[in-house]
Amino acid sequence: MDRSRPNLWGFLFISPQLIGLLFFSLIPLVYAFVLSFTDWNGFAESSFVGLANYIEQFKNPDFFTAIINTVYYMILVVPIGIAIAMILAISLNKITGKGIYRVFFFMPVVTSSVSVGIIFMWILNGDFGILNQALSLFGIDGPMWLTDTKWVIPSIALLSIWWGLGYNMVIFLAGLQGISKSYYEAASIDGANAFQKFRHITLPLLTPTTFFVTIMTIISSFQVFDQAFVMTQGGPAKASYTIVFHIYDQAFVDFTMGKSSAAAIILFFVILIFTLVQFKLQDRWVFYEK
Amino acid sequence: MKNNENTVNVSTKTLTKPLSKFNLSKFSLHIILILGAAVMVFPFVWTILSSLKGMSQIFVIPPQWIPDPVLWSNYIDSLLAMPFGLAYFNSFYITVIIVLSTLITASMAAYAFARINFKGANILFILFLATMMIPKQVTMIPLYLVMDKLGWLDTHLSLIVPGALFNAFAVFLLRQFILGVPRELEEAAIMDGAGYGRIYWFIILPLIKPALAAIAIFTFLQAWNNFLDPLIYLNTPEKFTVPILLNSFKGLYTANWPLMMAGTVISVIPVLLVYIVAQKQIIEGVAITGMKG
Repeated sequence: MDRSRPNLWGFLFISPQLIGLLFFSLIPLVYAFVLSFTDWNGFAESSFVGLANYIEQFKNPDFFTAIINTVYYMILVVPIGIAIAMILAISLNKITGKGIYRVFFFMPVVTSSVSVGIIFMWILNGDFGILNQALSLFGIDGPMWLTDTKWVIPSIALLSIWWGLGYNMVIFLAGLQGISKSYYEAASIDGANAFQKFRHITLPLLTPTTFFVTIMTIISSFQVFDQAFVMTQGGPAKASYTIVFHIYDQAFVDFTMGKSSAAAIILFFVILIFTLVQFKLQDRWVFYEK
Repeated sequence: MKNNENTVNVSTKTLTKPLSKFNLSKFSLHIILILGAAVMVFPFVWTILSSLKGMSQIFVIPPQWIPDPVLWSNYIDSLLAMPFGLAYFNSFYITVIIVLSTLITASMAAYAFARINFKGANILFILFLATMMIPKQVTMIPLYLVMDKLGWLDTHLSLIVPGALFNAFAVFLLRQFILGVPRELEEAAIMDGAGYGRIYWFIILPLIKPALAAIAIFTFLQAWNNFLDPLIYLNTPEKFTVPILLNSFKGLYTANWPLMMAGTVISVIPVLLVYIVAQKQIIEGVAITGMKG
């Protein structure tokens, strides 16, 4: 009869994940903080350097390049990616054959970053890529997508929107299922047209989903790395050098673990602040049904 | 747009509505969606077509759509150039262990948080939630050092053990599901003297199967497509998982697009086949994880 000892059993049940939490998340997090105050380079002895690594980041032009590139990417991916996913989900929600369309739109989600990266390297190839050949049919001289400093971030954003569209669409579709039909019926009786229904029923009642998708997309945008690593190695001329690229480069190319940790901690706080602000702002626009 | 297409089943008026207009707006929506779906799938189709061409066909302008001759040899060359089979084996067994262990360890923790009234449960649960906010790049360097200390660098343990023992998201999601299970179902068993272990195994687990399936799918995709961790931890090509093997393959054959496309197809096709067979479960599983998360 084991129900008399809840403390023992509780800890027993959580122990595997608790060990994981300690060793693979909490202790490394504390360790990252400690490292960020040292000049450790991976080999020699390290010493405490105070805030020097943090100050160094703010003097480092690469750090600012990384921030600008990441924010630029985010400004493209978040609104465009979410808008397309939402419109797509709303369209699919009202037609027959939703299931078949869903299969196609979701397909890229299951593939790895490396494979989609290579696929887009070929599609976006400036000289022989199919995209520029298609554009030339309309008389447009397409840019050298991945080797032009002006176009490389939009190119990566394009890939990410394509790659993540199916995921966001599925979340929106699930959100739409949660909206009761009775609202639409009542609105019809009152003579509302399709746009009014969208504006006053769908959009507000979908805001909890939109909120979730926005937070997730912002967080993943801050962490964009794989695509740039595979397609451009951060180039040309650091034009696709992102924050995580900066962290990776300092740690595993330059072996300046202290500096890299400082950059990672800054990223952590930036994401934390962004998310907290989003949660604070949510009562201004997110509508929860009582 | 005074015509309201959504009300077909509500008002009897719709029966007298001009059918042609109704059909037209749906029809044009279908056309747009078909075009959209084509754009989504096109990159894969183009990859397959490109993978079967020779170097002389691939750089032709305007593009030659259908490969002629069809060069299956690109696939043989790719498979000979890199140990794809081995990478598949590595990815497969690593992913399976991670998925199975996650299902067990995460559901155990979720059950404890949902149903066992133990000391410190709340604080610990909040800790689990809080760690979901930590970007993995923050713990990337310390974890690398931990793996180094443990002697796990360049071994699969560096991928398997963290994956198997830590998944805060799975714990959170499964807890939400267990909270939704009516307590009456357990009460009879408690009366009969069943302990936590038996209730977890015989009552809770069978009832949360859909959530377990969703977690299995989500964890599978994450582990299978994981790029950053194996990139950092593994050095020996024989130990590579599919994504990083493909990445080094890419480095080897820059500008040999047919071969690169063949390598990409080799690494993508099995996942796409699984997807096509189990698409309903995969999409719905992902929807569940999104909604409760």
